[in-house]
Amino acid sequence: MFYRENGQFKSSYAADQQMLPILQDRVFMLGLLLFAFAAVPFLASDYLFLSILIPFLILTLAAIGLNLLVGYCGQISIGHAAFMAVGAYAAYNLVLRLPQLNFLVVLVLAGFIAAAAGMLFGIPSLRIKGLYLAVATLAAQFFMDWLFARVKWFTDYSPSGSVSTATIEMLGWKIDTPVRKYVFLLGVLVVFTVVAKNLVRSHIGRAWMAMRDMDVAAEVIGIRPVYAKLTAFAVSSFYVGVAGALWGFVYLGAWEPLAFNLTLSLNLLFMIIIGGMGSLLGSYFGAAFIVVLPIFLDQVPAMLGVPIPTAINSHLQSMIFGALIVFFLIVEPQGLARLWAIGKEKLRLWPFPH
Amino acid sequence: MKKNWPVLTLGAALLVGLALPLATGASAPGFYVEVLLGGLMTGVLYSLVALGFALIFKASGVFNFAQGTMVLFAALAVARLAERMPLWAAILLAMAIMVALAWLIERLVLRPLVNQEGVALLMATLGVTYFLDGFGQIVWGSDIYKIDLGIAKEPVMVLDKVFQGGILVNKEDFVSAIVAAVLVAGLVLFFQKTATGRALRAVADDHQAAQSIGIPLNRIWVIVWSVAGFVALVAGVIWGSQLGVQFSLSQVALKALPVVILGGFTSIAGAIVGGLIIGVGEKMAEVFLGPVLVKAFDLAGGGIENWFAYVLALLFLLVRPEGLFGEKYIDRV
Repeated sequence: MFYRENGQFKSSYAADQQMLPILQDRVFMLGLLLFAFAAVPFLASDYLFLSILIPFLILTLAAIGLNLLVGYCGQISIGHAAFMAVGAYAAYNLVLRLPQLNFLVVLVLAGFIAAAAGMLFGIPSLRIKGLYLAVATLAAQFFMDWLFARVKWFTDYSPSGSVSTATIEMLGWKIDTPVRKYVFLLGVLVVFTVVAKNLVRSHIGRAWMAMRDMDVAAEVIGIRPVYAKLTAFAVSSFYVGVAGALWGFVYLGAWEPLAFNLTLSLNLLFMIIIGGMGSLLGSYFGAAFIVVLPIFLDQVPAMLGVPIPTAINSHLQSMIFGALIVFFLIVEPQGLARLWAIGKEKLRLWPFPH
Repeated sequence: MKKNWPVLTLGAALLVGLALPLATGASAPGFYVEVLLGGLMTGVLYSLVALGFALIFKASGVFNFAQGTMVLFAALAVARLAERMPLWAAILLAMAIMVALAWLIERLVLRPLVNQEGVALLMATLGVTYFLDGFGQIVWGSDIYKIDLGIAKEPVMVLDKVFQGGILVNKEDFVSAIVAAVLVAGLVLFFQKTATGRALRAVADDHQAAQSIGIPLNRIWVIVWSVAGFVALVAGVIWGSQLGVQFSLSQVALKALPVVILGGFTSIAGAIVGGLIIGVGEKMAEVFLGPVLVKAFDLAGGGIENWFAYVLALLFLLVRPEGLFGEKYIDRV
């Protein structure tokens, strides 16, 4: 009754092409943004910020990046944490060696460096796809793990191989408290989401989706595979690289050589499978799910009076991840985002039968 | 015959790389042979895991990411069961568990996903990997366990007449190499001579044609996954007896991925030869190339064997995407 597009007529192309064509959606989104920017900083506790909201925001950014590649362009990668590592170490070295740079500039530069690395490891995708590409990206994972653990220059010759970062300061604004970190990350994420949304519904995003759906047909209608795939790798790695820099600087603060390992790569992949491949909203859902589930498993049984030992908890967690992935692949390959879409469809009719 | 120059160049480069330490006198011949043998032994283990991959891929087109975890799971089962019963009984029981597992995977994962594209199936096996990792460690525990095969572990000195200082070899390594050879021979016989083996090859060739002449696909898949489980069991027992049964086993087994790329996804011979090449290649690289790199670039230690196999596989992909023994057709872009 309340959520429907009846009576909302479009009288210009711009109006027809806007991101949220239904008025109620726009109101909802505005309300959500207001709530996230203005209300949450006052409501949430430090614990909520540090262990849920901040990792959620960064992982969402990374999941969006991976989703652009896997969900939109159909090129699988099981080594994307490698590009997070590239972003993080690039940002670390930029801050270390060029301290006068604004952190936002550092972020963008780190993203570009990660994009270059992504394109390099994306080159095999021009000849191979599917399973072969999966192994090629695995090569990226192990090579980057090794590179940052062994080449001392990247870690500024620190004896243990781990690096630590100073507090970020931009134009006199120190990002030190959890609230400030949250607001900063939220701002970054909103900007990147809007950019991604517009990328996937423009020329380049359509090229990616055509590549994903059928590469031969895409080539026949004039999409160059080289261009489509390498841009997908570049943009995806850019996003993931920025996310990696944020993960290192804002969330971890200091990290060890193997902070960006295969497990993180697989977790990113799980986020987009559970959340929904080929959906930006799905990246949000998936990241939220992966961040919240361990905490949920940790807290809820304890509240119910049957605490689970930590070791069992982590095993249980991987069991649940595994089972859920198979479940989603079988029952709802488009993930949580599809459930959300179904809910919206239902809401359009509600409470009338037709 | 048309010469394939890129492949020949890569092969020649590898051979030169292999011969370089000897030719330049960077290593004593005895030590060189020792490294070579060590590489071959690791290679045998890689081959065993890769064999499981190749079997499943051949028969069902599924790229089974969970093979490494199946190795770990089987090894854990044997190690823990052997605490309560004789080893042979533990191995038999573990085999029964692997067959049950194969049946469950077919029922719960593969059957609902039939006719999906390869990448979706790959991700499903990723899910199976995580599930089995967690499940195995909850059921069997997550410490380091031992499997004692009752073979002496002390190294034996051989050929000390030929090389100065002789060569140290491990008796257990030889036993495992023989076991691997017997296993491969048995598998080849099974595939070539039995009715079930013929059915398996028919399914591998063409699912639909096989089904239309009355081969039950579902049962074939259970059999293939059981055989893969059996191979995983053998690999797990051998590895477990050498390195101890622990979680890192499933990580090391990831090395089987470059092996199957090198050898060709569908080839049993490829899995064996690929495993040996990767095993020797990475050991040689670690021992002889590693120190050179460390010196040249001032690295914090070698450890290049972690990625060498993958890079080698990538190079192979560029010049010969179907692998050494793979079928000519691959899904080219």
